[in-house]
Amino acid sequence: MSSWWKEAIIKWLLRACASTSILIVALIFLFLLKEAGPFAREPGLGSLLSTRWAPVSPKVPGFGIVPLLTGSLLVTGLATVIAIPFGVIGAVFISEVAGRREREFLKPFIELLASIPSVVLGFFGLVVLAPAVRQAFQLSTGLTALTGSLLLALMAIPTIVSISEDAIRSVPASYKEASMALGASRLQTIWRVTVPAALSGIIAAIMLGMGRVVGETMAVLMVTGNSAVVTLDPFRSVRTMTATIAAEMGEVTFHSTHYQSLFWIGIVLLLVTFTFNLIAQRVLARYRNF
Amino acid sequence: MVHLVSAWAERYMSEHPGANISVTGGGTGTGISALINGTTDICAASRNIKPEEKEMAEKKRRPPVEFTVARDAIAVIVNKNNPISELTLEQLKAIYTGAVTNWTQVGGPDQPIQVVSRESSSGTYAFFQEHVLQNEDYVATAQLLPATAAIVQAISSEPWSIGYVGLGYVAGAGGSIKAIGIKTRDASPAVGASEETVLSGAYGISRALFLYAVEPATPSIQAFVDFCTGPEGQRIVRETGYVAVR
Repeated sequence: MSSWWKEAIIKWLLRACASTSILIVALIFLFLLKEAGPFAREPGLGSLLSTRWAPVSPKVPGFGIVPLLTGSLLVTGLATVIAIPFGVIGAVFISEVAGRREREFLKPFIELLASIPSVVLGFFGLVVLAPAVRQAFQLSTGLTALTGSLLLALMAIPTIVSISEDAIRSVPASYKEASMALGASRLQTIWRVTVPAALSGIIAAIMLGMGRVVGETMAVLMVTGNSAVVTLDPFRSVRTMTATIAAEMGEVTFHSTHYQSLFWIGIVLLLVTFTFNLIAQRVLARYRNF
Repeated sequence: MVHLVSAWAERYMSEHPGANISVTGGGTGTGISALINGTTDICAASRNIKPEEKEMAEKKRRPPVEFTVARDAIAVIVNKNNPISELTLEQLKAIYTGAVTNWTQVGGPDQPIQVVSRESSSGTYAFFQEHVLQNEDYVATAQLLPATAAIVQAISSEPWSIGYVGLGYVAGAGGSIKAIGIKTRDASPAVGASEETVLSGAYGISRALFLYAVEPATPSIQAFVDFCTGPEGQRIVRETGYVAVR
């Protein structure tokens, strides 16, 4: 009897530990909803759909988060487009082409890239990258969506490389052997057999990279210029959701409409990253089945 | 202004172990009504007390006494290669509200104007909006940068940007930016931003900062005000980017 109880208690303890993160996510979501809630009555959720973000305007405050959403999506999309070739080709090289010593040299450096604090990258972006972007494209300002995307791509590459590499490595050797036996060259095997077989893992890697990029704050706050305009032009300044929360939360009056609107941005942001992660999970689950 | 008062309070408390000062923000209106209602002993204000506020205070037998403790001035800066060296307040307002978007419209070369501002949480942002923009909205394409250093960095590397910083920051910013002269009216002469022109009132974008207390000030309140206007207090004023009055 006593051993049955022990077993049960330990089982529940383990279950509690495992569920902590679910509980925390649920509590965070509830907290966001509680703080953001009154906004739904006054001025109403419809005002979030406007394109004017001017929360401290002395005349008519505007709480439209459309420019912030498009800003975040533009920066994230560009960063992904930039990061994919480097990330995927890097992963292919490390797992399929590089020798052991090369791999042991490359991997730590790619992991090091992931560990650079984003404020340091932001500082680099502000002082080095922004003036370079301005000169390269003959712009009036270097603080653009593109500058932010380049920095964010640097942050996404390590995630994409390491998860894609896992996916490529777990392609069964029999696939490659069969391809070679049929007379395909090494390059043909990589691009026609190995990469397509690992594709769902690579897509999951890209989605996880995007999840990291869309939630990144400090670097984008420093280099994207933070103009709340709706645009798809990579050479203009944009304001992202994360930068808005970070820049405005410090001085906002507690429980004011402005404060609540910042929590709505938080909710939207959480939903976006949640979607990215969900897609990544789905895709990963599929590739584990083969 | 709240970070200036916080800096004063911290230094004062470290020098006077018995003193206990708690500082809260919220804006001048909040501070003055707290003084009238007796929930604070001293309030800081970035404008003069209004006649109706004064009347209300006297009715509650808490007549206010005013101390000018610092001045706040904003320098408008452009890249050192920009040929523009002066603007009227009217032109500045047009640039920052988006009515003017090219330097030709204010007598410069044919180049687009990139407007640079502080983030909306900054007191300087609010002061500039009230004083120069006359409470109109900033143009949506204005870049909102998180710190004065970021503005200086942007202006020094971008030839056609315009920005503003607290006067105290101009001297330390180096030679790649220049502060331009401000004309309060079309006909009046351009005045450069400096401690002298701010103190004389000739410079167009400045305001006095006050402390208000209840008359007669108790010895402990007087001691704090004396500290703020004394050499140590005025050194802190300069450190926080404002203009000392003594």
